[in-house]
Amino acid sequence: MAAVRGAEKFKEGVLGMNTPAELKYTEEHEWVKLEGKEALVGITDYAQGELGDIVFVELPSEGKTVKQGEVFGTIEAVKTVSDLYAPVTGKVIAINTALVDHPEHINKSPYTDGWMIRIAVDNPGEMEKLLNADGYKTHVGGH
Amino acid sequence: MSGATGSEKKTALYDKHVALGARMVPFAGYMMPLSYSGQLAEHSAVRDRVGIFDLSHMGEFMITGPGAIEAVDKLLTNRFTGSKPFQAVYSPMCLDSGGIIDDLIAYNLPDGVYLVVNASNIDKDARWIQEHLPAGVHFGNISDHTSLIAIQGPATLEFMTPIMDQPIAHMPTYTSVRAKVAGIEALVSRTGYTGEDGYELYVANAVAPELWDRLLELGQSHGLAPIGLAARDTLRFEMGYCLYGNDIDETTTPLEAGLAWTVKMDKADFVGRQALMEQDKSGIPRRLVGLRPEGDRAIPRQGNPLKIEDRQIGHVTSGTFAPSLGMGLGMGYVESALSRPRTRVTIDVRGKDVPAAVTVLPFYTYGSRPGRRKI
Repeated sequence: MAAVRGAEKFKEGVLGMNTPAELKYTEEHEWVKLEGKEALVGITDYAQGELGDIVFVELPSEGKTVKQGEVFGTIEAVKTVSDLYAPVTGKVIAINTALVDHPEHINKSPYTDGWMIRIAVDNPGEMEKLLNADGYKTHVGGH
Repeated sequence: MSGATGSEKKTALYDKHVALGARMVPFAGYMMPLSYSGQLAEHSAVRDRVGIFDLSHMGEFMITGPGAIEAVDKLLTNRFTGSKPFQAVYSPMCLDSGGIIDDLIAYNLPDGVYLVVNASNIDKDARWIQEHLPAGVHFGNISDHTSLIAIQGPATLEFMTPIMDQPIAHMPTYTSVRAKVAGIEALVSRTGYTGEDGYELYVANAVAPELWDRLLELGQSHGLAPIGLAARDTLRFEMGYCLYGNDIDETTTPLEAGLAWTVKMDKADFVGRQALMEQDKSGIPRRLVGLRPEGDRAIPRQGNPLKIEDRQIGHVTSGTFAPSLGMGLGMGYVESALSRPRTRVTIDVRGKDVPAAVTVLPFYTYGSRPGRRKI
């Protein structure tokens, strides 16, 4: 999710956002949760707040391979559109089909019901390139 | 949208928005509420019930002195002379080229002509108007002392009638009255930018916070919701209303923008008349149209090229998801020959060719705005 809303950096927004410590983050505002050799991916609370109400999400089909740092889908909010970037390389083994009818899950529960894809991770070592929660907070806080 | 620079002005209601939990963003030099509860919920609140907006970033000028009406009329494409007391007139203000400097509302008030202009154009308009006023006609910029609160939605009258010191239901659109709203003196205008019934309330900054609080409290039982700029934009977009800087600017004329009804060639001479007459005679090269993509999951965005068989014929000037219609729609300029409804065009949405049809504006025809035919 590059250049979300010109990446407005409002302290109040940053301080109020939810950034779970157990997740890893990309600079483009995706989160990833490693569960064994699988990774669950979505966008952060900060990102959903910046985007505003989300109306469509375009996700890859199951079986497709995504590569770390490359676009895997797009997310359309009422007023803006943004690319989604894969935090890790691997095969998409599940997509959150509930988002077709309920894209608002991403706004309401970005880390739970708003998950987007599940990836069978090729190389868990890639996780080391990602930000931890503090690193991500600093990134969006512009410190 | 760019980040805040720290030099943005605050409206008299800034603290109210922050207390309501609004997401504040820099807009046209002001910190303004983008949304409170969420853009879609706010949009629906205005379509279904009633919403309250802080529009105090808008600019207000007072033109006074003998000949003020004629002087303003000369700057507007629409007819302002002959307007009744307290009447409001919507009009573009044009350059000699016919390009639009701004679109505004002019009120014929007893103490002078009251102009309400776009926030982003306040300085430019002030210069332009002062340069064009004859001796003896005075210009005053009262933007920094004036607050504007809008009430919009089908439940507007149900909410406002009991809190007014005089009846307002009989007022035609584009008329105004001085009245007390919840006990506070205001210029009350039956105007808006949403397609719904509504009033715009101009008050002094000093009383604006008190008025805002009283309205929110009195409106509670009517479902009155505070509405941010995000929903204001989707509401106006669904009505096909032009947004200055998106759909109209100094390079577009009112004739191209579908605002021919605001250009009165038969009135006394006005700035831009010659150019607009010539354009009318020689043919209007392009027109602002509605664009409806095929399928319901493509959303046109501002700047997207419009094509027919790889030839660019125009571009999207406003594009968004239209909440009341449940689909992405666009507005944009196309060559006049291709501006007829149902003409098929292609929108280049981020490199993807999306087939679309030219469609009439407004997109949304079910609003509660008085005088509008319901289909």
